[in-house]
Amino acid sequence: MNAAHPTGDVLLYLNGVTVSFEGFKALNDLSLVVEEGELRTIIGPNGAGKTTMMDVVTGKTRPDTGEVFFRGTEDLTRLDEADIANLGIGRKFQRPTVFENLTVYENLELALADSRGTWRTLFARPTPERRERIRATLSRIGLSGESTKSAGLLSHGQKQWLEIGMLLIHDRRLLLLDEPVAGMTDRETEETAALILDLARDRTIVVVEHDMAFVRSLGAKVTVLHEGSVLAEGSVEHVQNHPRVIEVYLGR
Amino acid sequence: MIARVAADEQSPWNARFWAGFVVCGLVLGLAVPLLNRWVAPDSPFALPDYLVPLFGKYLCYAILALSLDLVWGYAGILSLGHGAFFALGGYCMGMYLMRQIGTRGVYGNPVLPDFMVFLNWMELPWFWWGFDHFAYAAAMIMLVPGAFAFVFGWLAFRSRVTGVYLSIITQAMTYALWLAFFRNDMGFGGNNGLTDYKDILGWDVHLPETRLGLYLATVVVLGVAYLLCRFITVSKLGRVLLALRDAESRVRFLGYSTTHAKLFVFTVSAVLAGIAGGLYVPQVGIINPSEFSPGNSIEIAIWVSVGGRGTLVGAAIGAVLVNLAKTWLTGAAPEVWLFFLGGIFVLTTLVFPRGIVGVFRQLNWPRPRAATALPVESPVAAEKRI
Repeated sequence: MNAAHPTGDVLLYLNGVTVSFEGFKALNDLSLVVEEGELRTIIGPNGAGKTTMMDVVTGKTRPDTGEVFFRGTEDLTRLDEADIANLGIGRKFQRPTVFENLTVYENLELALADSRGTWRTLFARPTPERRERIRATLSRIGLSGESTKSAGLLSHGQKQWLEIGMLLIHDRRLLLLDEPVAGMTDRETEETAALILDLARDRTIVVVEHDMAFVRSLGAKVTVLHEGSVLAEGSVEHVQNHPRVIEVYLGR
Repeated sequence: MIARVAADEQSPWNARFWAGFVVCGLVLGLAVPLLNRWVAPDSPFALPDYLVPLFGKYLCYAILALSLDLVWGYAGILSLGHGAFFALGGYCMGMYLMRQIGTRGVYGNPVLPDFMVFLNWMELPWFWWGFDHFAYAAAMIMLVPGAFAFVFGWLAFRSRVTGVYLSIITQAMTYALWLAFFRNDMGFGGNNGLTDYKDILGWDVHLPETRLGLYLATVVVLGVAYLLCRFITVSKLGRVLLALRDAESRVRFLGYSTTHAKLFVFTVSAVLAGIAGGLYVPQVGIINPSEFSPGNSIEIAIWVSVGGRGTLVGAAIGAVLVNLAKTWLTGAAPEVWLFFLGGIFVLTTLVFPRGIVGVFRQLNWPRPRAATALPVESPVAAEKRI
């Protein structure tokens, strides 16, 4: 039971990507293909290169070698973070990074997909449509009652949802979620899994996660990373029974 | 609608704001002329002529503090080189005033200022051309610091120099200019700078009327500068700046060019600092390289933090109060002044991190806006955890 509906078109394409930090190969000839509409989970032990892979896709880190393409034509290795974000690739960090000194409403306002240029933000005026979209997103992430609160005063789980809301409101085509349930209670984890499955109906999502119960609850295709490259790929059952995976990761 | 949002109903430009703005403007604009011109000179309330330029000087510092607050309080760029932009604007005004001296100089040369005659220069260097026209000089007062800040900021922000490293290179910038302007062959009067002005726009700079006019011009410019800074900080760009102050790379991942946003406010801020310098020079009667001294730029940051950074009003109040204290203490007990300055800086940092304005807001005045909140954790830490 896969919630997503891959259409067969390649959305994200990584080929032979290598990144080294002072001799340590964080990514070693990594090749990965994510199809349009897919929900993909990526697992792997610490240091397997999960976060570095996200850094490469979002422009934070430049690969030493290899190709990274979005929608077949956009060469992500040539663009900076802001350009990549504007192509429709959103990222949620491991730890919730909302703007703590802005209100919940203002956080969503900044994430709203509209004027991004310095000059246009200076003269941007809140239109009824923008307010309506912010309100709709607030209710979708369950934070309608907190809109004027400083984001710094939210609980950990609420911050995670606000951050997901910030990705939602931007109309991203590809969401990269780095450990979205880290530090959440069981109940919050369940609610987050339901939210992600709901979101996956109309966009492509890549989830990096440690929590195997959560990965199972998503029921999506799993890619196992190890020492900077792909060790195994397939359904949850397939990778759980893969001898090499058991050896390096699950068995320990 | 359950969730009515503060941003919706509470316009930053409401009647209450304008009332406060107009009252402050009228007090500043009327009190000094009234006490100076219409109160009998022997009255205890009379303001002697020599104090008018002193108040004008404080207000120039207030504009300068406002410009630093825009970049430091909102965008988190702690520039310790804002004195350089102020001095560049001041030199542009000084060059205009030098050209107005004409044949009244010691050597009576109609074109060359005295120091050039003294150095046996035969003709006016190209960068002095046009400064005999006020309009040209006025444009340069804004353009020179603005262009300098634009190039400097472009190099620094594009290379993602932030935090303490940026502060250090801004200090280095003003130090380099300090050394350069000391040199006679730079063509700006070397150590002595530019002085002995005669008139501005045909008015004798020593006349009480001229000084009052300059004071009033400073009040008007302070008001316009404040409105401009407020316009920027309450806009969506203002929220982008606050956001990047606390988590810059996160803002980039949202698709904003933080480089452009920072470059924009840094340049606007330098232009304001330059205008402050341009108004300062005719009121104090001299500009020399000491205005570039690194210590001056650090003092500006102290004014802002004493008043309350990220509040705009606080920056202006801090500049005026600290300089009032400076005028009084350097007269009454000069050896105490630096200890006092260091002391209030330590005190505000430890006890009143939100400055004077923060103290008043805590006394349950208008609910603190997001803009006034200081980062919960240091920007460096926020940056690292991403």
